[in-house]
Amino acid sequence: MVDARGYLCPMPVVMVQEAIKKDQPAALDVLVDNETAVENIKRFAAHSGYQAAVCEDGDDYRLTLTKK
Amino acid sequence: MKKENLFVILTGVVIGIAALVLTALGNPANMGFCIACFERDIAGAVGLHSAAKVQYVRPEIIGLVLGSFLMALASKEWKARAGSSPALRFVLGAFVMIGALAFLGCPLRMVLRLAGGDLNAVVGLAGFAFGIFLGTLFIRKGFTLQRNYATKTLDGTVLPAVMVGLLILFLTVPTLFKLSEEGPGSKHAPFLIALVIALVVGALAQKSRMCMVGGLRDTMMFKDMHLLWGFIAIFVTVLIGNLAMHNFKLGFTSQPVAHSSHVWNFLGMLLAGWGSVLLGGCPLRQLILAGSGNADSAVTVFGMIVGAAFAHNFGLAGNADSMNEAGEYVVGGISTKGKVAVILGIVIVLVVSYVNSMKKQEAQKNG
Repeated sequence: MVDARGYLCPMPVVMVQEAIKKDQPAALDVLVDNETAVENIKRFAAHSGYQAAVCEDGDDYRLTLTKK
Repeated sequence: MKKENLFVILTGVVIGIAALVLTALGNPANMGFCIACFERDIAGAVGLHSAAKVQYVRPEIIGLVLGSFLMALASKEWKARAGSSPALRFVLGAFVMIGALAFLGCPLRMVLRLAGGDLNAVVGLAGFAFGIFLGTLFIRKGFTLQRNYATKTLDGTVLPAVMVGLLILFLTVPTLFKLSEEGPGSKHAPFLIALVIALVVGALAQKSRMCMVGGLRDTMMFKDMHLLWGFIAIFVTVLIGNLAMHNFKLGFTSQPVAHSSHVWNFLGMLLAGWGSVLLGGCPLRQLILAGSGNADSAVTVFGMIVGAAFAHNFGLAGNADSMNEAGEYVVGGISTKGKVAVILGIVIVLVVSYVNSMKKQEAQKNG
């Protein structure tokens, strides 16, 4: 789980990039609190071989990245 | 062309057309938009500095903030946030401004100058890109200004409220303000037209996340050119417009509101780029984020306005190339004090980059 709430870009993408680089997880949950981070992580996920599903979680967004 | 890039390209085209229209209606050449110059003019208009040639209440700044504010409200993205190293952001904002004014333009004006054929902006772009590259090295090493937190609605509304106040005061009691009678501050498009154009641009910039720094940063860090397409769209649109209107003049000399002191164009934009990448966005993006409820960005904007006041009160800003009375071409540039300020700014940005990257390095060392 990457908790990137409170961070503006590029930090959420950097945090996801590091998590993927470290463990190459089959699935990764990411929490963010702004739409810009959602869009940027979705683009990064697509470039990195992951599919991203997004759901709203109160005021936050939960992205579930799954390896294609 | 990917579908996801179309909106940011459209925003770039609209910004480019808006810049051409504003210039045609009276803004200085290659200065349809310049966040640094326009915040500097506002600082002068409210008496924070007394450089008589650069004082005007620029409606473009008011419109960008309020356009972003309205779009963020309409799309339910408005959120009051604060608490991410506000004092550091203030200082970084001030030095980004000092760097930009040494070059005579923010990153957005740099693109407009490029599209006008001003080759000094190529030197500025090289410095800007190198500054962003240096910033990304520290981001990779764990640089952060720490997270922000939810705050009171009133806190997130400060900059839009200041802009509404400025607008009302200027429209009702214009004699309160100092307004240039000559020089760049005296050249401006009609107030209400510029305000409406900037409202539209502010709304589009909020929705598209347009950012001059973000384009190069994301390309360097993630090979993601999404935001860079906006940057390219502005350049191409303004280039075509300038060629069509015979306003394109290729060269280093006799460029409008520009100097050909290459070292200081490079270092000024290096400082602006490095500082902006630490702040998470260019001066335009800071206005847009502040309009969307980010009080840290509002503090950054206040830092930039104070930086502009310092730049003119202490003679740190660049002077444009000019002709002397004997008809000889005089290369402008910045004063010795200005050079010291730019170097000091680079040192301070280096220290902030290093100190705020240390936590991660220590964590890695401790296993």
